[in-house]
Amino acid sequence: MDKPFAITLDVGSSKANKTGAWRTERPVYADRMPPCNQACPAGENIQRWLYLAEDGSYESAWRELMADNPFPAIMGRVCYHPCQTACNRARLDESVGINSVERFLGDEAIRQGWTVPVTAEPTGKRIMVVGAGPAGLSAAYHLTLMGHAVTVMDSGAYAGGMMRFGIPRYRLPRDILSAEIQRILDMGVTLELGHTVTNLPAALRHFDAAFLAVGAHIGRRAYIPAGDAARILDAVSMLRGMEGGVPCLGRRVVVYGGGNTAMDAARTARRLGATDTVVVYRRTRDRMPAHDFEVEEAIEEGVTMKWLSTITHADGERVTVEKMRLDETGFPQPTGEFEELAADTVVLALGQQADLTLLQGLPGVDFEDGVVKVGDNLMTGYPGVFAGGDMVPAERTVTVAVGHGKKAARHIDAWLRGTTYRPAPRPAPAAFDILNPWYYSDAPATVRSTLELARRTSTFDEVQSGLDESSALFEARRCLSCGNCFECDNCFGVCPDNAVIKLGAGERYAIDLDYCKGCGLCAAECPCGAITMQAEQT
Amino acid sequence: MLRQMEGSQAVAETVACCRPEVIGAYPISPQTHIVETLSALTKSGRLAPCEFVNVESEFAAMSVAIGASAAGARTYTATASQGLLYMVEALYNASGLGLPIVMTVANRAIGAPINIWNDHSDAMSQRDSGWIQLYAETNQEAADLHIQAFKIAEEVSLPVMVCMDGFILTHAYERVDLPSQEQVDAFLPPYVPRQMLDPAEPVSIGAMVGPEAFTEVRYLAHARQMQALKLIPQVAADFKRAFRRESGGLIRPYRTEDAETIIVALGSVLGTIKDVIDEQRESGVKIGVLGITSFRPFPLDAMRQALGHARRVVVLEKALAVGIGGIVSANVRMALSGIHLDGHTVVAGLGGRPITKASLHRLFADAIAGRVGPLTFLDLNRELIERELRRAAQTRRSGPSAENMLRDLALGEVR
Amino acid sequence: MTVPAQQIKFYQTGSFAVGNRLLDLEDRSVQADTDRANALTSGHRACQGCGEALGARYALDAAMRATQGQMVAVNATGCLEVFSTPYPQTSWQIPWIHSLFGNAPAVATGVAAALKAKGRTDVRVIGQGGDGGTVDIGFACLSGMFERNDDVLFICYDNEAYMNTGVQRSGATPPAARTMTTQAVGPEPGNAFGQGKNVPLIALAHEIPYVATATVAELHDLEYKVRRAMEFRGARYIHVMVPCPLGWGSAACDTIRVARLAKESGLFPVFEAEDGEVTGVVKIRRQVPVEEYLRLQGRYAHLFGDPPRTDVIARIQAMADRNIRRFGLVE
Repeated sequence: MDKPFAITLDVGSSKANKTGAWRTERPVYADRMPPCNQACPAGENIQRWLYLAEDGSYESAWRELMADNPFPAIMGRVCYHPCQTACNRARLDESVGINSVERFLGDEAIRQGWTVPVTAEPTGKRIMVVGAGPAGLSAAYHLTLMGHAVTVMDSGAYAGGMMRFGIPRYRLPRDILSAEIQRILDMGVTLELGHTVTNLPAALRHFDAAFLAVGAHIGRRAYIPAGDAARILDAVSMLRGMEGGVPCLGRRVVVYGGGNTAMDAARTARRLGATDTVVVYRRTRDRMPAHDFEVEEAIEEGVTMKWLSTITHADGERVTVEKMRLDETGFPQPTGEFEELAADTVVLALGQQADLTLLQGLPGVDFEDGVVKVGDNLMTGYPGVFAGGDMVPAERTVTVAVGHGKKAARHIDAWLRGTTYRPAPRPAPAAFDILNPWYYSDAPATVRSTLELARRTSTFDEVQSGLDESSALFEARRCLSCGNCFECDNCFGVCPDNAVIKLGAGERYAIDLDYCKGCGLCAAECPCGAITMQAEQT
Repeated sequence: MLRQMEGSQAVAETVACCRPEVIGAYPISPQTHIVETLSALTKSGRLAPCEFVNVESEFAAMSVAIGASAAGARTYTATASQGLLYMVEALYNASGLGLPIVMTVANRAIGAPINIWNDHSDAMSQRDSGWIQLYAETNQEAADLHIQAFKIAEEVSLPVMVCMDGFILTHAYERVDLPSQEQVDAFLPPYVPRQMLDPAEPVSIGAMVGPEAFTEVRYLAHARQMQALKLIPQVAADFKRAFRRESGGLIRPYRTEDAETIIVALGSVLGTIKDVIDEQRESGVKIGVLGITSFRPFPLDAMRQALGHARRVVVLEKALAVGIGGIVSANVRMALSGIHLDGHTVVAGLGGRPITKASLHRLFADAIAGRVGPLTFLDLNRELIERELRRAAQTRRSGPSAENMLRDLALGEVR
Repeated sequence: MTVPAQQIKFYQTGSFAVGNRLLDLEDRSVQADTDRANALTSGHRACQGCGEALGARYALDAAMRATQGQMVAVNATGCLEVFSTPYPQTSWQIPWIHSLFGNAPAVATGVAAALKAKGRTDVRVIGQGGDGGTVDIGFACLSGMFERNDDVLFICYDNEAYMNTGVQRSGATPPAARTMTTQAVGPEPGNAFGQGKNVPLIALAHEIPYVATATVAELHDLEYKVRRAMEFRGARYIHVMVPCPLGWGSAACDTIRVARLAKESGLFPVFEAEDGEVTGVVKIRRQVPVEEYLRLQGRYAHLFGDPPRTDVIARIQAMADRNIRRFGLVE
């Protein structure tokens, strides 16, 4: 076309005008630490595996999860999911059901028979793990992946530790437990059951390093004046007894304590045929250490609660309880008022202690408050001996133990190489206020269905069922991807200057600094707060 | 085909033969009969394909024309007077964008006071709008000029105004030799735009141009009018060959070869002037008349050649540049720059006042006798003016002059 | 009632973000497409965070997709024209013409008439301009185009004042807003209450085939409306709210947020209408008091001085409440 001079112009010719020169700030993509990841004791990259699960890439999601935690199916049942407590979505509607997606992935892996190949070259190093609970098995798994030869020793007849002997079947079916443990053993871990290590220095001569994770499985006893006929058990023993047969409880069971173990004991008693199961706890419900849902499920199942009460006497027929009141510091004080409860059996659920005889006499090892002192690297005062799980100072949960196992494995590996493992610095947190939540549509959490009540009180079938695939997918997609780009194209779309380059699926975006004027719309409209504006250097 | 018909009809029928594809129409006297006829022609299907758009204003009429022309359609509209002024912004835009729109202006006075009759105030006010302006002497020429206008417009990519005197031509029934469709098709090829809005070859039309190129853009518009100066006589010659009659061109001299006095004028008044000249020639007066057909571009060289030998030039014009006088005469003087001769401006026929042979005889005689000043108003009623000037001097609130003077006339106090 | 943008109830990002890797390509927004037309491309001279530049690209890219690229745009004088086509560069990548400030609808009519005469009705015509070129100086041409039902989609990018000339009041300037010709001085600072015109409703009164409002904050809705508009022949009108950081005194990064709050407060009702009847509204998702909207903008700063003009804010809130009632904006 013979274009009239100046009045008529060739299309797109303004690209010669580099408006990037106007800019005083530039957008920078930055992955931040999502609150779920921050809160996960096992150090899972939850945001990442949810992202992978969102498009149905369940195996990839599972593998991402497995990089940190070898027990997704178990974790998806027994983890108290601090990730969900931290989840930013709770500020919008409800937390993402991370735990249920994890369970779905774990169960899917078992169904599909997915395994984790060991690709590392053998290092020739031998490591002893004492205790086949969550910490020990987690350490064994990670150390094996690093190429070390691992032997796990446990005094019990089965592997699993508290996962098997402390958590009732209705919360963790044993086939699931066994499947996830077997997957670790299949990687080449040597398991020696019924092997109680008594002489650690002697045992250590055959190994380059040791990880001790013997747990805390001695039920704490309290002195209760009792008649001869009184039947008093501790909850740990009672729950452990479930794995060998059926303990003999009466029809009227009083459980003494307010933790999760107390709830497990009470609910187990119901299932064993107790008609009256009463939990006696000296403070109020809001001060109970047990998780809310455990208390609620126990009450649903017919367990009754007696708050502000201590047991002062027990005999074969009844217990005497004293009413308590909370003083201004919140501590329970006796009131001098008593009442009697009919009871065949008293189950004490007052906490657990670690059996530390293994470490007695090992030079350099210190103890404090009934647990082993360890450094930041989980190493005890004895070089090459590391410890984790319930026997070290920490919250006593399966997830924390699994986290210890991973952490110990990394430090042991570094120690064996004569180096020090330094975790990567954590990025800045992705707090709710950096999100632009308007972009997320309303999607309340999926409720996992529960077993009907009649069967809950008469069988040990699993109470909570898993999510089917579509629900798991839905739940994964509820993730806000806090602080981490999930390729929603908002930056690409909202730039008035077309200065965001879309690099293609999985490749995210780049800023075209030739044209970016630095308006900051991309950062302001990023739903997940993954873009920051940084001042240009003059 | 010879037909006795109204000027507006002749123009409309001829425009239809030019196959316009879009016509924007807004009524204003004395142009209305043209678009009414075209409306009937399109509605009946005789003129097809053609979109006839009844717009809401002249501003819209010209804007529709701009859009249609930019989209590559042959485009036509017609207006007059106030309507022309109402579309002024769009007029400049059409020429600035180089869009070959053809528009009939049925010349009419501009108010206030409102006046529907003929003079050239409207078209003259747009002499610098960048449009080519051709003035028709007769209804035949008015019709013929439209055919030439499309050809010229599309060749140089400039819009063309065909000016024909309101009522005097538009509403006059005369014999017109209407061209046939075949003749017009043979003379006027289909419109091939220099630029257009086309998804296959997108461009941005109508950029903002700053000081760095604005002068050049304006110069190029001027250069294209200078090209038109060459093109217009060629088209007229081609037209003569094809249609076997004289129409268009730049200027039309009549008995000027040996004339000592040459009258210059535009439009239908040329016919009256020629009659007077014939009569004066019979009595031995060396007088002639030069008609200007192309006022824009203004044919400086042709004018200089035609007038340079005369002793006296009288420009008779139907418009007034208030505060100085003549418009056409200023342009004529530019053509005669450096040549010493007597120049007179005569303002005549404003608002439809008849220009009679008697008045012209008197005027020409006075001019030859040196009794005409540099600026004269033909047939000015001096008494009427004197009374009003006196009234205004005496009383601050003397009332509107037009109404005052009409009352004076009605009461017979002034003749 | 259609609520098309939310038909796909999506989880992670809903359908409110520009893209969604989980959707089929054809269900994603035009803006998510790397092959989008970029009808208005880089290098234009719009201010940082310009809502009009964004709105124009959103709308025209959607139209380009709807017409398979068979489209012509006619632009009124104004910011959009000036920042996109200063000689020797243009940012347009479509056939585009600028004529005058007040004639874009009529020029568009002319283009449509030409295309019809030439049998090219496959090529669609869009007229566009700011609020000045639409509700004020171009209004006669717009109304004429409407009543003749010319085959033109006219899009008004409304930033509520004459921004190109330095922020002067237009017929679309809202009450209390400060402009350079309605300054924040005197006992009733800013623009007067009870003035201004609502062109979407005026368009609706013409009973043209399609009228819609939209904002740059809801891309899916805006794209839907352009697509929907292209399903009709005849006169169509879309009125898009495009905040102007410069004129509104808002942060460049807040352009979309401000537009979102305009809609979520009820001050800017988002609806569509066919043949003169309202057929759909976009409900408010998270209702906010008008104060949240006003506070982000310097043009209302005089309402938040000492003492604050709670009386004026209440009047503006009453306007929002009326819209909410009138259009049923809340579930």
